[in-house]
Amino acid sequence: MAVTTSTPPDERTPDTAEGAPEPRRRRGNAVDVWLGVIAWVVGIAFFFPVFWMVLTSFKTEADAYTPTPKIIFEPTLEQYEGVFSSGIGPYLANSVGATVISTLLVLLLAIPAAFALSLRPVQKTSDVLFFFISTKMLPVVAAIVPIYVVVNEIGALDNIWTLIVLYTGMNLPIAVWMMRSFFLEVPGELLEQASIDGAPLWRTLREIVLPIISPGIFATALICVIFAWNEFFFAVNLTAANAGTVPVFLVGFITSEGLYWAQLSAAATLAALPVVIAGWVAQNKLVQGLSFGAVK
Amino acid sequence: MRGAAQRRWRGRGRGRAPSVLAAILASLALVAGCSGAGALGTAEGVETVTVAIVSNPQMEDAISLSPQFEAENPGIRLRFVSLSENEARAKITASVATGGGEFDIVMISNYETPMWAQNGWITDLEPYMARTPGYDRADFIPTVRDSLSYEGRMYSVPFYGESSFLMYRKDLFEQAGIQMPAQPTWPQIAEFAARLDQGEGQRRGICLRGKPGWGELMAPLDTVINTFGGRWYDPQWQAQLTSPEVRRAVQFYVDLVRTHGQPGASQSGFSECATQFGQGQVAMWYDATSAAGTVEDPEESTVAGRIGYAPAPVVATPSSGWLYSWALGIPQTSPRKDAAWRFMAWMTDRQYIQRVGQEIGWTSVPPGSRQSTYANPEYQRVSNAYAPLILQGLQRANPQQPTVQPVPYEGVQFVRIPEFQDLGTRVSQQISAAIAGQISVDEALEQSQNYAQTVGESYQR
Repeated sequence: MAVTTSTPPDERTPDTAEGAPEPRRRRGNAVDVWLGVIAWVVGIAFFFPVFWMVLTSFKTEADAYTPTPKIIFEPTLEQYEGVFSSGIGPYLANSVGATVISTLLVLLLAIPAAFALSLRPVQKTSDVLFFFISTKMLPVVAAIVPIYVVVNEIGALDNIWTLIVLYTGMNLPIAVWMMRSFFLEVPGELLEQASIDGAPLWRTLREIVLPIISPGIFATALICVIFAWNEFFFAVNLTAANAGTVPVFLVGFITSEGLYWAQLSAAATLAALPVVIAGWVAQNKLVQGLSFGAVK
Repeated sequence: MRGAAQRRWRGRGRGRAPSVLAAILASLALVAGCSGAGALGTAEGVETVTVAIVSNPQMEDAISLSPQFEAENPGIRLRFVSLSENEARAKITASVATGGGEFDIVMISNYETPMWAQNGWITDLEPYMARTPGYDRADFIPTVRDSLSYEGRMYSVPFYGESSFLMYRKDLFEQAGIQMPAQPTWPQIAEFAARLDQGEGQRRGICLRGKPGWGELMAPLDTVINTFGGRWYDPQWQAQLTSPEVRRAVQFYVDLVRTHGQPGASQSGFSECATQFGQGQVAMWYDATSAAGTVEDPEESTVAGRIGYAPAPVVATPSSGWLYSWALGIPQTSPRKDAAWRFMAWMTDRQYIQRVGQEIGWTSVPPGSRQSTYANPEYQRVSNAYAPLILQGLQRANPQQPTVQPVPYEGVQFVRIPEFQDLGTRVSQQISAAIAGQISVDEALEQSQNYAQTVGESYQR
C-alpha cells in the first residue's frame, strides 16, 4: 500500500509526460501493477492472522477447533462475556497506567536529550548516541536475573512503578534516536533568529521547535505506547496479583487441558483494540511524522 | 544587548514552564492512583491471600466458587494470579526460590514438592492438617499423597491428580471387529492403529504427542520407555539413553506416530490431540486421564459417548501409567500461613468436591485427589466409563520403581532432579526432530545421551 505513495515524482513523470515512448510507459505500468500486487499480497499476509483472530473470537470453542477451518458459523458474544467476567479491569488499568506514564516520562526526557544532541551538539555526540542505542543490544532475557534480584531486594516486586521505570528505560533510547532525526529537520535559520531575538532555550523549544516537530513527537509517542502496551517479559516476571498488565492476563487463557482458542482470541482482540484505536486516531500525524523530512 | 533581550523573553516565559511540569506531574499522580488499584481496598483486619494457579478448567471452577469461601471467612480476601502452565511454573519457581514473597499459596506438582521441601522453600503442612477437624488426610489416594510428601510429611495437598490411559473409539473398534483387551500391550495397539488407519488426509490410527517439551512429548514417551525396560540412568548415574531397551522404545514410538499417527505429529501436544480425537480424526489417543473431561463434553467433542478406555499399554512392566498431581503449597516466606491454609483446606476438602458436583456438575469434579470421590454414587453415575481406570492408574503408578531395572531417581514421566526440565526438553527436541523425519532415531538418541551424561556426571560420587 505504501509502495504506490512512495514513488518519487521524477520517476512518475515519464508516464504522464506527453509524447513519451509507448514501450516505456507500458513497462512502467507493469512495474506499478506488480508492485501493487506484491503490496496487496504482503498486506493480506500480514493482516490475515489478525482477521482470523477477530473471527475466532466470535466462535464457540468447538467451532474454533474444527479440522477444516470454519468461515461461516453462528457468531456468539459468549467469549467476550467470559473475558469480562474473568476480570480484565485491573489489568487494563495497570496497562493504561504503565503505558501512559512511561510514555510521558520518555517524552519528558527524550525531547531535551534529542534537542541537545541535534541542535546544540555537545562533545562526543556520536558516542553518546551510540551509548544510548547500545543499551538495546543486550537481550532482556540476559538481564532479567539481576533485574529480578534488584527489584526483589528493594521490595518493588509486583509494583506498577517498577514497570513504569523499566518501560521508560526500555523506550528512551529509541525515542532519543527518533526525536533526534526529527530535530535535525528543523531549519537552523529559525533557531538563529530566535537566538538573535534573545529567546531563552525553553521558549525556543516550546514555541518554535516543538510545533514544527509535533508530528514526530506523535510518531515517537505512539511507538512508545505500542512497545509498552505489548511488553510481556518484564510484566510476567516482575508482577503478580497487583500490577499485572493485559499481556499477562492473556496467557491466563492458555490452559494446558481443555480448549481455549476462541476465548484467547476474544481477549487478544480486546487487548489489541486500544493500540489500534490510538494508531487510527493518530493516523494523520503518524504518516506526517514517519515521512517527516522525506520531502525536503 | 542579548542579555537584555533574554531578560525580556524570560520575563514572559517564566512561571509557565514549571506550571506545565506541575500539570504533567499531577496527571501522572492521578493515573498512578488509578493504576495501583491493588494497593487500595484493604480494610482493617482483612488479610489478602494471593494464590498463584495454573489455568485449567478445574482451577477456573475453583475461582468461580471462591466467593463462597470469602463469604464464610469474612476476614480473608482472595486474589488469584492465573497463568498458563509454562509461565506459572517459571514464575512460581522464581518467586519461591528467591523468597520473592508475592504469593501465599502456590500451585505446584509432585515434580517440585519433594525437592522444594528438601530445600526448605515450602511449609510442612502436617501440623495444619492435624488441627483442621474433618480434613481427612487418609482419604487422599496413597500414591498421590506419597508423591507430595518429603520424609513422610506432606508439603503440598492435592487439588487433582492424573495418570495416563488409552482412549479409543468403541464404534470404530466394533465396526472393524476388534476387541480391546483388558490390559493392552503396545504391539497390539500398533496393530490396531494399522488396521484403523485410513491413510493420509483421512482418519488416522492414533494420536501421540510429538511436540517438544518435557511436559509434552516427554511425558507419554517416558512411560513407553519405562515399559519397554528402558531407563534414564543406572544406579551409578550413567546415562542409559542409547541402551537397546530405550532404542527399541523410541523407535517404536517414532515409527508408530510416523506411520499411523496424526498429521503434523512433531507439533502436536495435548491440545492438538484433544482436537484430533474430539473431532473424530483419529481412532485412538494415549494421554492424560484428565482428557476424559474434554472428549466426553458434547460441546467440545463430536465423539462424546462413543469412547472406550483402557489402561496404559504395557510391554515388560505390569503397569505403565504416569502419576501427576497439581497441588497447593505455602511458600515459607508467606506471613499469612494460617489464612492461606484455611483456603487450601477449603479447596482440597471432601466438601469442595461435593460443592463442585452440586453447583457446577459432577463431570467437572477435580479427579484423582481423594478416594471418596470414586465412592460417590453421583460421580460414579456420570464417570462410570473412565473413573475406575483413573483410580486404578493412579493406584498402580510406581514412581519409586518406574521400570524393570533399578534407577537412582524417582518419577514415572520425569526424573525428579532440578536439571530435568532442561534435560527433558532438550531430549524431547531431538526426538521431535526424529518424528519430523529430520534426523534418525539413533542420531537423536546419541545426542540425547550426551546431554543426559553431562547431567548424570554431576550426580556421580
